[in-house]
Amino acid sequence: MSGGRLAENGGQRIRRGEELRFTFDGDSRVGLAGDTIASALYAGGQRTFSRSFKYHRRRGELCGCGQCANSLVTVDGAPGVRACGEPLRDGMQVEHQNAWPSLELDVMRATDLVGGPFTPPGFYYKTFIRPRRLWPLYEKVLRSAAGLGKLRRRQPEREWRTEYRRRHCDVLVVGGGIAGLSAALRAAQLGADVVLCDEDVEPGGSLLFEGGHERARDLAARCREAGVEILTRAPGLGYFDGLVPVWQGDVLHQVRAARHVAATGTLAQPLVFPENDLPGVMLAPGALRLAALYGVDPGRCAIAGVDDRALETALSLHRLGVQVAVVADLRPDADSELTAALETAGIELMRGVTPVRAGGSKQLAEVQVGPVDPSGRLRGSARRIACDVLAVAGPQAPASSLLLQSGARARFDDTLQSFLPQEAPPLIHPAGAVAGHADAESAMLSGAVAGAEAALALGFGEREDRDRLASERAKLEAEAPTVRRAAPPAKSHDGGRGKAFVDLDEDITAKDVAYAAAEGYDSLELSKRYTTVTMGPSQGRFSQLASARVLGEVTGRPLGEIGVTTARPPWTTVPMGALAGRPFEAAKRSSIHARHRDLGATVRWAGDWRRAYDYGDVEGETMAVHEGAGLIDVSTLGKLIVRGPDAGELLDRLYPNRMSTLKPGRIRYGVLTSESGRISDDGTVCRLDDDTFYVTTTSSGATAVERWFTWWMASWPELDVTLTDVTQGVAAMNLAGPGSRDILAKLTDADVSNEGIAYLDGPQLAIAGIDCLVLRIGFVGELGYELHCAAPQARGLWDAVADSGARPFGLEPQRILRLQKMHILVGQDTDSETTPYGANLDFAVKLDKEQDFIGRWALEHYEERPPAQKLVGFTCPGGEVPTEGAAIVEGDRVVGQVTSSRRAPKLESSIGLALVEPRLAEDGASISISDDGRRIAAAVQTRPFYDPDGELLRS
Amino acid sequence: MSFVLDCPNCGSREVTDFGFGGEVTTRPTGRPEFKELNRYVYFRDNKAGVQREWWVHRAGCGEWFLAERDTRTNEVIWTARPADAPPARAAAASEGAPR
Repeated sequence: MSGGRLAENGGQRIRRGEELRFTFDGDSRVGLAGDTIASALYAGGQRTFSRSFKYHRRRGELCGCGQCANSLVTVDGAPGVRACGEPLRDGMQVEHQNAWPSLELDVMRATDLVGGPFTPPGFYYKTFIRPRRLWPLYEKVLRSAAGLGKLRRRQPEREWRTEYRRRHCDVLVVGGGIAGLSAALRAAQLGADVVLCDEDVEPGGSLLFEGGHERARDLAARCREAGVEILTRAPGLGYFDGLVPVWQGDVLHQVRAARHVAATGTLAQPLVFPENDLPGVMLAPGALRLAALYGVDPGRCAIAGVDDRALETALSLHRLGVQVAVVADLRPDADSELTAALETAGIELMRGVTPVRAGGSKQLAEVQVGPVDPSGRLRGSARRIACDVLAVAGPQAPASSLLLQSGARARFDDTLQSFLPQEAPPLIHPAGAVAGHADAESAMLSGAVAGAEAALALGFGEREDRDRLASERAKLEAEAPTVRRAAPPAKSHDGGRGKAFVDLDEDITAKDVAYAAAEGYDSLELSKRYTTVTMGPSQGRFSQLASARVLGEVTGRPLGEIGVTTARPPWTTVPMGALAGRPFEAAKRSSIHARHRDLGATVRWAGDWRRAYDYGDVEGETMAVHEGAGLIDVSTLGKLIVRGPDAGELLDRLYPNRMSTLKPGRIRYGVLTSESGRISDDGTVCRLDDDTFYVTTTSSGATAVERWFTWWMASWPELDVTLTDVTQGVAAMNLAGPGSRDILAKLTDADVSNEGIAYLDGPQLAIAGIDCLVLRIGFVGELGYELHCAAPQARGLWDAVADSGARPFGLEPQRILRLQKMHILVGQDTDSETTPYGANLDFAVKLDKEQDFIGRWALEHYEERPPAQKLVGFTCPGGEVPTEGAAIVEGDRVVGQVTSSRRAPKLESSIGLALVEPRLAEDGASISISDDGRRIAAAVQTRPFYDPDGELLRS
Repeated sequence: MSFVLDCPNCGSREVTDFGFGGEVTTRPTGRPEFKELNRYVYFRDNKAGVQREWWVHRAGCGEWFLAERDTRTNEVIWTARPADAPPARAAAASEGAPR
């Protein structure tokens, strides 16, 4: 049987004697080092690799380079791996996809046997829409039948992440065939910093399997010597204004080049005839790769094509020791050195014929060829040729995605029978086959021209290099392509039954495209969307031209008029994780975090921070602050040091109240407003000395405030002031509760009496031997001291304070405590429209100060008008705790919304804050909260629920 | 959108390293009329062409700087610290000139 290995040959990648063991659907298999999964499977006699998407037909080796859906397998549990591009590793567990119960016996094959004629394009849309109520049921069934491969329900913890690498270079060459190598070499020789990326495991492109492997390796070596950075197994994913992401395993290179060379080559194209999807019908390069790179004997081959490529394929296979039965050339009159060489080799050439049917049950056994009329129908009788492989070579199509994405246009070329990219933008230079220079010598020359153009445009090279370029360009233009190519019919056939596929990924036949056109979907864009042709994993590489031809024939328009669509990035299927990359914002933990973990804290996200929400007893922690002393980590607060002779002036310009009048050692609350007078953040400002202020911000606003300050500082260069962000370097904790003064007294010699440290004092003291800034403020409503110290010393301070009797409390108890005091959380109790007047912060706006400040003009305007909404407190006599965000309604009208709500254990009641229409902002006003279908009655309260006069804070 | 900016401090970096501060506006002097205030706070020229704008090196040194950029092509004509920036009018006259 076919499928063994051929004799050794210099171009092969396999290392004989180095056996690799793997399994396929549980059966143990053997391959060689250097094999792909597909070449090892094929060498072991496997012909069916997968089952097709819709009809579950057998599919086998097709492209041989990892670009089609035929070889999709699951490897070690990860679905969607392309067997013909994936190097084999020892111990791999390979499984088939899309067949049940097994690859050999697939019950869904019934869709092909009976469903074919009944499932034209649009079948599912049209059928399962009625009756509408049954759709959920239909959906369940259809969803389980659809899709390729299955993700594991539980993914193993990923130990790696894709790394981003940014690479700036002079010239990026995409594609490492002969043109790409030649371009990279020339550009590098001229002095440019060059990166070349290629999809294959080594650069060389088609040289590698067309007998030019030594030349390819020599060129690659010269490139490396000249300093070219060569990235292999690294497809360029798309063109984004000069940035090309290049995916290479665990690294996503973001390559930014001043100039680009697109040397992306061509794509082999199939021919359309009945049963053209049988395992054994391959694209010509697929068969060649198997034989040349992996030394696999594909079996007895027939070749079918439309130009010299078919003849070259036959000769190459023959040279490699493969038995070639016959070459079917659609051209009636081929006569050249190649035809003579075929004769010498004893290979039969049939002229003016093309396949009209493939035959075989599980794999290809024979192909029928014969002459056809322009519509593709067989004229006369067909000849049956027994073979294992039919290598088809339709008119090659330029792989022009990158160029089209960059803005080039695709124009149909009658001689080449394909769409050539034209009018590429000046920063991108097409080279080689993608530009129509397909044969090795002109591709080499065109690469050199592109490389020289790119490098010279960047200022490299001398006068003689320009002269050389001019003469090479002239030579290239003189060597216009002399390709003789027959135009294949949209579909060739013998009039019998059988599916002739234009798209193997999506199981779309020529008939489907014609059917869709008859329904009115007669442009390529419409046809694509309706039939899904070209929308499969190979993104139309092997189906776009074939479907366009069908459309052309049905609508009577030439191919050039049908056009092509631009394949969007990414060019290659990439795992989502490859694009997700490493996040730039790392999760932050305070320097005290280890203590929270030790105490079994419930840790949750708060912005970028991981914070202790509670230590398991919200009520107990809350009551501890009321009755004794509590301790909370508030290191997440933004902390800025503003220093300089104009520090006070800067703050006066940014805050609506006066900061320059603060005395050293004193604290003032400040709210920050935008130019539109809206609240953007709040915090405290403590004057440390004449020139230095210590500014705290909210945790979530820290970055924005730092940026706001530095932006205005950049706008006001006349101010002599600097800003240092010490958010990360300084830790903070709030010691609060009636017992906190006694605790502080134990830890310092300083006078901590109400006279020694009065409310809003900010002394710098040693606490437990650690230098601290002590801010006597009261966010939680009890006597309290916010202790700020260097982050590395914070754990020691925490331990000392906790050991002296302060009970740790989390963020949730703090939220209850501050709510009792109606202390706002910016962003929760305010929105983008809230002004200080709406949030009852009138005291923090000093319009009588002479200083102009940010937001002043807008605030002057708002001062005279009632705000649209006003922040008020409310209590729910029924004890319900409405959902935060719930609407406050009057009948059907929304008149406000709940911003915060909690049950307060100390008050034994349900309290909250709400933004309401100003007329409701009166003590005792009753409001109705609509919450998830319930109506909750509540009463408005404008003064704090707890210690309304702040006596506890001050005592 | 994808291009490169020169941070006056760190040199040439991908645009994704930077934060955009919007087009440069002029803060009114004195007490503006309501209409003028409204225009300053809410309205932008949104120019199709070369405009002067603020950028901050968010993922780098944190420096705020000015740039002139052609919004149609994303060509960055110059970047500079505010003190080193060419005066606004002269810059408009030399639109498209090399740096």
